[in-house]
Amino acid sequence: MSQPILMKGNEAIAEAAIRAGCRFFAGYPITPQNEIPEYMSRRLPEVGGAFVQAESEVAAINMLYGAAGAGARCMTSSSSPGISLKQEGISYMAGSELPGLIVNIVRGGPGLGTIQPAQSDYFQATKGGGHGDYRLVVYGPDTLQEAVDMVFEAFRVSDAYRNPVMILGDGVLGQMMEPVRFPPEDADVHKVEKPWATTGAGDGDTRLICSIHLEAEELNAHNMHLHEKYQAIKENETLYEEVEMEDAQLCLVAYGTTSRICRAVIEQCRSEGMKVGMIRPITLWPFPDKPISEAAKKVDAFLAVEMSLGQMVEDVRLAVNGRVPVGFFGRTGGLIPTPDEIVAALKRLVEEEGVTS
Amino acid sequence: MSKHDIIMAGFGGQGVMSMGTLLTYAGMIEGKNVSWIPSYGPEMRGGTANCSVVISDSPIASPLVTKPTAVIAMNLPSLDKFESWLEPGGVLIINSSMVNRKAQRDDIIVVEVPANEVAQELGSSRIANMVALGAYVTATGAVKAESVLDSLKEALPAHRHNLIPLNKEALERGGAFAQQDRSSGR
Amino acid sequence: MKKVFSRPDALKDVTMHYCPGCTHGIAHRLIAQAIDELGIRGKSVGIASVGCSVFSYKYIDVDFQQAAHGRAPAVATGIKRTNPDTVVFTYQGDGDLASIGTAELIHAAARSENISIFFINNAIYGMTGGQMAPTTLPGQVTTTSPRGRDIPSYGNPIKVSEMLATIEGAAYIERVSLHTPAAVAKARKAVVKSLRYQMEGKGFSLIEMLSTCPTNWGVSPLKAMEWLKENMLPAYPLGVFKDREKVNANE
Repeated sequence: MSQPILMKGNEAIAEAAIRAGCRFFAGYPITPQNEIPEYMSRRLPEVGGAFVQAESEVAAINMLYGAAGAGARCMTSSSSPGISLKQEGISYMAGSELPGLIVNIVRGGPGLGTIQPAQSDYFQATKGGGHGDYRLVVYGPDTLQEAVDMVFEAFRVSDAYRNPVMILGDGVLGQMMEPVRFPPEDADVHKVEKPWATTGAGDGDTRLICSIHLEAEELNAHNMHLHEKYQAIKENETLYEEVEMEDAQLCLVAYGTTSRICRAVIEQCRSEGMKVGMIRPITLWPFPDKPISEAAKKVDAFLAVEMSLGQMVEDVRLAVNGRVPVGFFGRTGGLIPTPDEIVAALKRLVEEEGVTS
Repeated sequence: MSKHDIIMAGFGGQGVMSMGTLLTYAGMIEGKNVSWIPSYGPEMRGGTANCSVVISDSPIASPLVTKPTAVIAMNLPSLDKFESWLEPGGVLIINSSMVNRKAQRDDIIVVEVPANEVAQELGSSRIANMVALGAYVTATGAVKAESVLDSLKEALPAHRHNLIPLNKEALERGGAFAQQDRSSGR
Repeated sequence: MKKVFSRPDALKDVTMHYCPGCTHGIAHRLIAQAIDELGIRGKSVGIASVGCSVFSYKYIDVDFQQAAHGRAPAVATGIKRTNPDTVVFTYQGDGDLASIGTAELIHAAARSENISIFFINNAIYGMTGGQMAPTTLPGQVTTTSPRGRDIPSYGNPIKVSEMLATIEGAAYIERVSLHTPAAVAKARKAVVKSLRYQMEGKGFSLIEMLSTCPTNWGVSPLKAMEWLKENMLPAYPLGVFKDREKVNANE
């Protein structure tokens, strides 16, 4: 690993992509992620890659479709309203089994909303977003170093399973600066052979990238194939972190920026004698439901904390399956929950549900 | 174990963001955990700008500062907004060139620095931020002034390194106000 | 005995699904012939679009990607920028190219992406059942303009070749027709020229091919050729609308 470099989150993500072998980027300006295309426009030509400022997010994701199908390790980035526009192409990529990284530096919605940070695109990212029966692998890093590491991981998983992947950040992650370390430029980046890519057939058999299967049996078989792949991803690629869970009686569940604030909450609560821990999903899909289900046997209650009005909390409730109470605290509109607010929400939960802590 | 949570705020163009970046960089050079986050949005252009910096011996939980241990207020709106946020015993640096009132709280350490006047005396109105930063590092010891200069060397392109002596002087002049204030018994 | 007619190597030996009298088959053959003639089968990548020609990959024997509706020029951009040595072409109908895909088309031309666009204009939506297309003629009856395309409420048809010729990045724009053997012979030359321009790095080209849709026009195959001649040719005159080589020669 190199010396630490102080970088903005958006730029760190872009540099990580370059180091991970990304050689094609298409995007369209939208705040708060503009540093990503700006950085890519400078860096990609230096490494022999291609940067295209697309006419729209729709075009950008379809350029990604073409580049991925042609064998490139490729990426696009946007923020919430732009990600809505990309859903068509994401569904097509999933259907055609094309790898590629989509970065969403989430802002508040619905509609034009605000440019301030939010986590209100969880449903869109993890529950489909576009049409059809498909899954995106979604990463919700909490620090810039983890964002960098997850870029490498995301490309690896994307290529290994031939499936689009998403990094779900937010305005805080995109705009903040922290020291990050990168692996050297010539590091092994898990390059895989892509015999299916349309690079020109030469004298061999022609290749076809498509998502059309008009016969019911044929599409059913394709859907079952995708389903098996998603099961394998669930089995092998779920990532999470447990924070002070050994003796925890109350379990916070939070990801990304919110989980960082929850770390401060844990410190504060423990200094007051409240045994609080956290399960932090790193992959939002696949969701770490097993560790949460296991924790439900030990803890008295869960509190999901999000910058939304309650999206991930539904997955927590599914995993807990009614065994213990699951509370929720969220802020929206670009407001970020403060440690004090979360502590208060925990205390309310203890009181209302009559659980000990 | 030390942890410094700083909010610095002022008008766009007062160099608030770069002051924060330099402080963050200085912390990194000293091997500490650091983070920097700006307020961002339409107010970036011409309105008030602020950023949060955390310098800590332990890993940083939240980069967002809601209970600062120090505030650098480069103008009146910033003082009005952030004075009440300070932790008791915290350090408030006021750019008295741009602020026509005194601090209202008496449970904090206040350092008044006429940063713009000092900068003018040094011949460059653009280094008022360095004067204020000098006062901050002297008042808190969060990082060494030399580390700020080292990070400036990293941040500036080689052909601008002739500006480093000027910045050094700005830091020192600012620092003198902090020492003065402390010796006066505040 | 001399063989005067044979299937191009780049055209698969399968029965096409197109209706009798539809000219998609002719257009496919012209592209396959051009690929043979230029010897580029092994380095060509086609992009099939949404519409009747969604299955063009079943007939033209090169690597293919199937694009979302209207997005073929964006997909082509991704492919060509990734592998500049491949010869990349899209095959798009009028609904795909001139309605839902106008942004992708215009901006691919503006960037002068080094790709070839083969545009089938038959003035109607075929696959979905004869709805009004952006190129449907004034007064033409379709299933969504049952009283004929009424200009005040439906607007005017879009003349794609004329429009694209105004774009600086377009290197070569020609409108051809597939309604007579002589017209087809001209079309063949245009297809070859478009691919050749791409191989020479000249940039964006588009060949608009006036085509028939007897099924949705509600006429016999033979009548369809006449209908094209009588109605489409006056509205969509044939010819070269832009040729960067010619412009340069004149300068």
